[in-house]
Amino acid sequence: MGLITLLLLSIVIFLAAQVLPGDVGRRVLGPFADQASVDAMNHQLGTDRSLIVQYWDWISGVATGDLGESIRNRPVSDVLIDPLVSSAKLALLSFIIVVPLAIAGGVYAALHEGSFRDRLISVGGLSATAIPEFVWAVIFLVVFALGLGLFPTTAQFPEGAGIFTQLKYLLLPSLCLVCVLFGYIARMARAGTIEALGADYTRTAVLKGLPQRTVILRHVLRNSLLPTIAVVATQAGYLLGGLVIIEVIFNYNGIGLTLARAATAKDIPVLQSGVLIIGIVFLVATLIADILYSVLNPRVRLGAAE
Amino acid sequence: MSAPGQPAPAGATEIGTASPAAVGARGDDARVAMKERLALLKRSKSFIAGNIIVGFWVLCALFGELLVKDPVASNPINDLIAPSADNWFGTDKLGRDVFARVIAGARDILIVAPLATILATVLGTALGLVTGYFRGAVDDVLSRIIEAFLSIPVIIMGLLIAVSLGPSRTTLILTIGVLFAPIISRTVRAAVLTERELEYVAAARLRNERTPYVLFGEILPNVTAPIVVEFTVRLGYAVFLAAGLSFLGFGIQPPAPDWGLQVAEHYGVISGGFWWPVLFPSLAIATLVIGVNLIADGVASAFER
Repeated sequence: MGLITLLLLSIVIFLAAQVLPGDVGRRVLGPFADQASVDAMNHQLGTDRSLIVQYWDWISGVATGDLGESIRNRPVSDVLIDPLVSSAKLALLSFIIVVPLAIAGGVYAALHEGSFRDRLISVGGLSATAIPEFVWAVIFLVVFALGLGLFPTTAQFPEGAGIFTQLKYLLLPSLCLVCVLFGYIARMARAGTIEALGADYTRTAVLKGLPQRTVILRHVLRNSLLPTIAVVATQAGYLLGGLVIIEVIFNYNGIGLTLARAATAKDIPVLQSGVLIIGIVFLVATLIADILYSVLNPRVRLGAAE
Repeated sequence: MSAPGQPAPAGATEIGTASPAAVGARGDDARVAMKERLALLKRSKSFIAGNIIVGFWVLCALFGELLVKDPVASNPINDLIAPSADNWFGTDKLGRDVFARVIAGARDILIVAPLATILATVLGTALGLVTGYFRGAVDDVLSRIIEAFLSIPVIIMGLLIAVSLGPSRTTLILTIGVLFAPIISRTVRAAVLTERELEYVAAARLRNERTPYVLFGEILPNVTAPIVVEFTVRLGYAVFLAAGLSFLGFGIQPPAPDWGLQVAEHYGVISGGFWWPVLFPSLAIATLVIGVNLIADGVASAFER
């Protein structure tokens, strides 16, 4: 199942990157290059071959871990590996901040449903989500980096910086991602909690005299946070997209900046393999969410065992 | 419009008990339901607030250029002047008036985002009707492809397509239109799945109506509510995505006074203390996105019940 999706994904990416206007060499070299060097470029890139051959060449390479060469003759895997690690750092930091914060916010809003605090968290969260991440970046840069002088204006920490220096450099970019992600996750956590609060098992727990703490921790949260897990996983995919813009504006050498640069340089080999990797990360995140969901949800777990 | 002849609405939240999918198996019912929704919409605070904000930017897009300085006239001697009585929002690094560029910049985004969303809605509706109505092999194959398509973040897929097509306003519209179509198709498909089981569809089939007529003449009028909601929601995302792609350099090209482009051209000078060429266009994007989302919020609560 996942394998079919993956295969389709690679075809979609391949088509989007290659087919549309045909002549890759012409696109790389521009309209003023003479035809001979365009042909030479196409031959070097292998783009003078039929599409099926090209696709097979690429995808069989991917399967064996060989992503081919960039238009600057570096192995694509070398171009992508360091930025992937850098992006993982930034993404991880954002998730560490946003997931507990958004769940706590959502649950808090649900426990005070209809109050001003609830309105503030739900409406404020969703408004924050609607604003593009580079707008947040600009606001944070102007206020915290320029106005208060608390943070550097780039995210690229010096070589060999300690963990606290790295954190200082990465905090502003992560905050932008946090702003965009908070609303969705908080909304799911809130909806799930409200549903669980009204459920029969919660009423039973309250009626048999359990303390409120126990009711909420053991009966409400265990049920209410299940749908939130699925949302966190889909947001992981979104986060990868948000990274492109954040990394560009903070000049952080991650996968997003690499892809944006590859796009500007029309480096199709780097671009299509990079995008495929992001797709794979997303599919894996969804898979993990499915597994977590069934592990945590007794109904699914026991239902499968019967 | 106060829906004359209708029972007086008891309260903004209590009208329209039927779900949009179930509403109006007959044309009359559909029309009545639509009237009720519009009446609800007119009283929605967020819909009104959103319209005021978006209306302001629409006026700027239409008439702004007549009222402000030339947004593309550069004057390198007066570059990066701080906001003053003469240049309300200061000048950018080519000495252009930032206020003029912010006002005039409304035009590009307000052409791109609605056109892209209309394209996406037309494509997505057609795709959703076909996948939902036929099910079976057609649905399986198309749904799989859509699933694969959706596992790439839109901004990255947009980057890929924009590179292939070359940056321009048309590219931006086509890219966003194609990217959002599968998302809309899933909503439409879900609505069609319930609709196709209803008797009026069976009746149309028994009358030997041709399939295109059943799809577009019978089912489509009954799934307009989710489509309208989806359209307004996607419009907000289209502004978001168009601004992002322009920021990355794959949308509107210089010297146009596009907001995303202005941010892209000037974020490098923030560290030098020049915040005004970046902050004002950013705030413009933020207000437009919030305005569109307020409208979407109002539409969703009036139509989705």
